[in-house]
Amino acid sequence: MPADRPALRRTEPPIAPDAAAHASLRYIRDTMARTATFTAVPGYGGVAMGATAVAAAVWAARQPTVSGWLSVWSAEALVGATVGALTLVRKARTNGVPLLSGPGRTFLLGLLPALLVGVALTLAVYAAEVVQTGQTYAVQGVSRSLTLHLLPGLWLMLYGAGVVSAGMFSVRLVPAMGGLFLLVGALALAAPARFADVSLGVGFGGLHVVFGVLIARRHGG
Amino acid sequence: MARPTDRVSPRTPARPAPAVPDLDAVVHQRVRLGILSALVAGGATSFTDLRTVLSLTDGNLSVHARKLEEAGYITVRKRFAGRVPLTEFEATDAGRAALHGYLDAMEAVIRVARG
Repeated sequence: MPADRPALRRTEPPIAPDAAAHASLRYIRDTMARTATFTAVPGYGGVAMGATAVAAAVWAARQPTVSGWLSVWSAEALVGATVGALTLVRKARTNGVPLLSGPGRTFLLGLLPALLVGVALTLAVYAAEVVQTGQTYAVQGVSRSLTLHLLPGLWLMLYGAGVVSAGMFSVRLVPAMGGLFLLVGALALAAPARFADVSLGVGFGGLHVVFGVLIARRHGG
Repeated sequence: MARPTDRVSPRTPARPAPAVPDLDAVVHQRVRLGILSALVAGGATSFTDLRTVLSLTDGNLSVHARKLEEAGYITVRKRFAGRVPLTEFEATDAGRAALHGYLDAMEAVIRVARG
């Protein structure tokens, strides 16, 4: 059907009027949901998430033990998620967009599986580290740990995969950002363990700030 | 492309169109309806985003956006983001009212059809 054909035309007798009206309402609803998903990404929220991640990278780099390092990044994950959720809700409310009936749900369903895998993987790897070293807590440095130095690359790649998936119906900047997270994550996996915090700072900090600014300028905060 | 269900045999007289409430001719057009719905849902939206979300060509979006602008249903802002020209559309109060009126009309059609 041509794109500019009216949803309901009096010259189309084979279509029952109520069916055409239903089709029109469905078209309006689908368009609104698609558009809302498209623009509900918070730009300034991304900047704030990036700023906290940079601070976390600096703080985490000073931690002498894996347990301390992991605590910093776990706290940052919670802070980042909270900031992201709050700014997403604020932007959706400002635009009068329902969050849990369409755009928010689509975004969360795309993002959550990758994040949950990240949490599960982190717990499993940390548990293995504690078991293998025979300590209640992992007290050696991150760069000397058996497997935990692989986590930054995995976190970045899992987050990137989630963002690409969640951003499928969003502005092009979002999946593009996810793609760069995948790239930074891959580089982090290949890099020496001492670059763990640099990788996380560049990824969760730098990419969030840069793309947050771009999204805020082009699509609103 | 014509759909099979749209084909009416020349020997078959077309049934008279049922009475429907008066519709706003500006809004009662699929592309313009899509533009207005998108802007009411998403707030101020750039030309590029609107073109992508509605899968339109530049020319098609421009033509229909101009008609909505002439009707006072949307506003068009042109500015520069750095050195890049940026065209933004936003629904006006009249545009929101027109969409709500169209929704009311569609609901009325359904009510009438159900008796």
